[in-house]
Amino acid sequence: MRKPPREPSQTDVTAFINARLIDPATGRDEPGGLLVRDGVIADIGGHLRRTAPEGAEVVDCYGHILCPGLIDCQVYTGDPGQEHRETLKTASFAAAAGGVTTMVCMPDTEPVIDQVALVDYVQRRARERAIVKIHIMGAATKGLKGEELAEIGLLQRAGAVAFTNGKSTIANTRVMRNALLYAKDFDALIVHHTEDPYLSAGAAMTSGEVATRLGLPGVHKMAEVIVVERDMRLVEITGGRYHAATISCRESVDAIRQAKARKLPVSCGVSINHLTFNEKDVGSYRTFFKVRPPLRSEEDRVAMVRAVASGDIDVVVSSHDPQDADAKRRPFAEAADGAIGLETLLPAALGLVHRGEIALMPLLKAMTCNPARLLGLDTGQLTKGAPADLVLFDMNALWVVNKDQLRARSKNAPLDEKTVHGRVLRTMVAGKTVYQYGSAERG
Amino acid sequence: MSTAEQTPFYFPRRHLLTCEGLSAKEINSLLDLADKAVEVNRQINKKRDVLRGRTLINLFFEASTRTQASFELAGKRLGADVMNMNVSTSSVQKGESLIDTAMTLNAMRPDMIVVRHHAAGAVELLSQKVDCSVINAGDGAHEHPTQALLDALTIRRAKNRISGLTVAICGDILHSRVARSNIYVLNTLGAKVRLVAPSTLIPTGIERLGAEVFTDMWKGLAGCDIVMMLRLQRERMQGNYVPSTREYYHFFGLDQEKLALAKPDALIMHPGPMNRGVEIASPIADHSRSVIRDQVEMGVAVRMAVLEALARNLPNH
Repeated sequence: MRKPPREPSQTDVTAFINARLIDPATGRDEPGGLLVRDGVIADIGGHLRRTAPEGAEVVDCYGHILCPGLIDCQVYTGDPGQEHRETLKTASFAAAAGGVTTMVCMPDTEPVIDQVALVDYVQRRARERAIVKIHIMGAATKGLKGEELAEIGLLQRAGAVAFTNGKSTIANTRVMRNALLYAKDFDALIVHHTEDPYLSAGAAMTSGEVATRLGLPGVHKMAEVIVVERDMRLVEITGGRYHAATISCRESVDAIRQAKARKLPVSCGVSINHLTFNEKDVGSYRTFFKVRPPLRSEEDRVAMVRAVASGDIDVVVSSHDPQDADAKRRPFAEAADGAIGLETLLPAALGLVHRGEIALMPLLKAMTCNPARLLGLDTGQLTKGAPADLVLFDMNALWVVNKDQLRARSKNAPLDEKTVHGRVLRTMVAGKTVYQYGSAERG
Repeated sequence: MSTAEQTPFYFPRRHLLTCEGLSAKEINSLLDLADKAVEVNRQINKKRDVLRGRTLINLFFEASTRTQASFELAGKRLGADVMNMNVSTSSVQKGESLIDTAMTLNAMRPDMIVVRHHAAGAVELLSQKVDCSVINAGDGAHEHPTQALLDALTIRRAKNRISGLTVAICGDILHSRVARSNIYVLNTLGAKVRLVAPSTLIPTGIERLGAEVFTDMWKGLAGCDIVMMLRLQRERMQGNYVPSTREYYHFFGLDQEKLALAKPDALIMHPGPMNRGVEIASPIADHSRSVIRDQVEMGVAVRMAVLEALARNLPNH
């Protein structure tokens, strides 16, 4: 049975008063209020700080921050095929609790999302079960094998917002060139995982003293840079739009920045893991810190944060990748890659602000208007007429992450038992409250 | 035998997982105990009863002849009941079953488990899941503590000291757990460690563990007191690390010419099994200064010492 669509009834009016409004798209940061009517932002500004229209549901923000709901451009689920790891539904609950109102799901599923029927299927599942907006990144090559192009045009028409080879790098330079060239005709974005597959084969972490002490096979960070630099040249000869999915070291930022200076249509993202952890967090074989690309040195972590601050890195993602206990409770080299992060993306990011590493505005920009612009989404900003996708959060609340209380189905949370700084109070998607801190959870 | 014998016994640990972090006091305690075990092993009646009633399980996920036999003998000579388990399954299945295997064995209430596994960190992971003492008999390219201890015992008995000696560890450092454990033990005991290998077989940052790296064996062996050869792990050589065993032997095989660069009384060591003609010339393996067979004897003694030391910390109710 199909549930009725999520649009609110015509009488739904919500007034957020006494808020600190932050809109990274315009640089707005001021006390005020925001009015939601019919699922869209009806009015916004200082004049609404204390006033609400009659009959409206009034949400007193007590001075907390109200900003566009976060857009997470890299979420892995197990839906379809590996539902024991995560479904679209469970991921969407985690997203709502984390202030993420739009998530972009990766095609690394079983089967791979490389056909129109699968895009349709996932979209239908998302409509029926998920409580946040879900978009699909289609496969750039059939089966993500990196050999034959997928039906990029048809997939785009079906609703895929970008195209990627998922967790694997397209090693074949000709295939990558053709993907960029062909995608250009559709103005489609190619999102690429940048890790030389030959250099990184078998590697469990970044090479260096830590890997050597642990006796783990390592890969040099240049394995990433080599691919980024190659891709910049391919963009140069094709003109295709390109986004490096999750870069992790200073040299990659340099390559992207130089390409941008040459007016190439390129951008890049970084995962929250690479902004908040370094290779030493692996400690004695802690598999929750085994991610792709592997965690780098502290210098590279700092460089990543600075690049987000400067805008050289466009997007911050959670890279939410649920893995079940059996896949993680293994010797490090044999354990699965990935960490969950939808629910802790915002608090982890706010920790950087509290530690004085980055200002709030550029950080939020990389999780709201930047990804929206990149993917052509109509959300991610606080303007009249935009969908009321909002997050209200307490910048200062301290809480201890308990993986068993997180909503994601898998519990591979590197922040487990860590104290984080910042809590989502309310999440709204298209005018409807999908999460409220402290209220009874709906199942 | 040495002055270290006067130091009081000190080994307050439940497991022996690494040599990284072992203090000189702890290492010397084990070596002193091992010295006594050597004497026992040379008698006709080698049986003692310090582990009487105890159960020792040898859990080997990776094939091994000498280490397993050595632990088995050590356990039996101390009076323990010893069970050998060889878990040879496909490489994918191994990791999957590790925790389950640990839990199953734990339910059999062993007092000690000796573990070898092909993956770094696997033994530590297993130690977190069981109630008994766990001894690392080699985990991937991480550590092989009893090998380093037996090497130290061999050196100490032959040279009467370790402090101040220069030890050249030669060969496949990249894949070697023996090298890593030896670097820690030898540094802790005051020796100078050199590593000699082609650059492709030197892991990044290894010098930070306390070693000087040489890619020229002629320079690396010059004036050293100990030449410790490592086996070229040809089964792990998919990555094109050396062009051929012939070329490897030419530049990194220990022959008479290269050995002549070491001190005249330099010892020749090898943890075994040897590839004669690949990393070591056959006559050199059987050289009068070769202590390769002494290493095997010391292996049993050191393992007895480790078992006894850990048994002292087991609950006695």
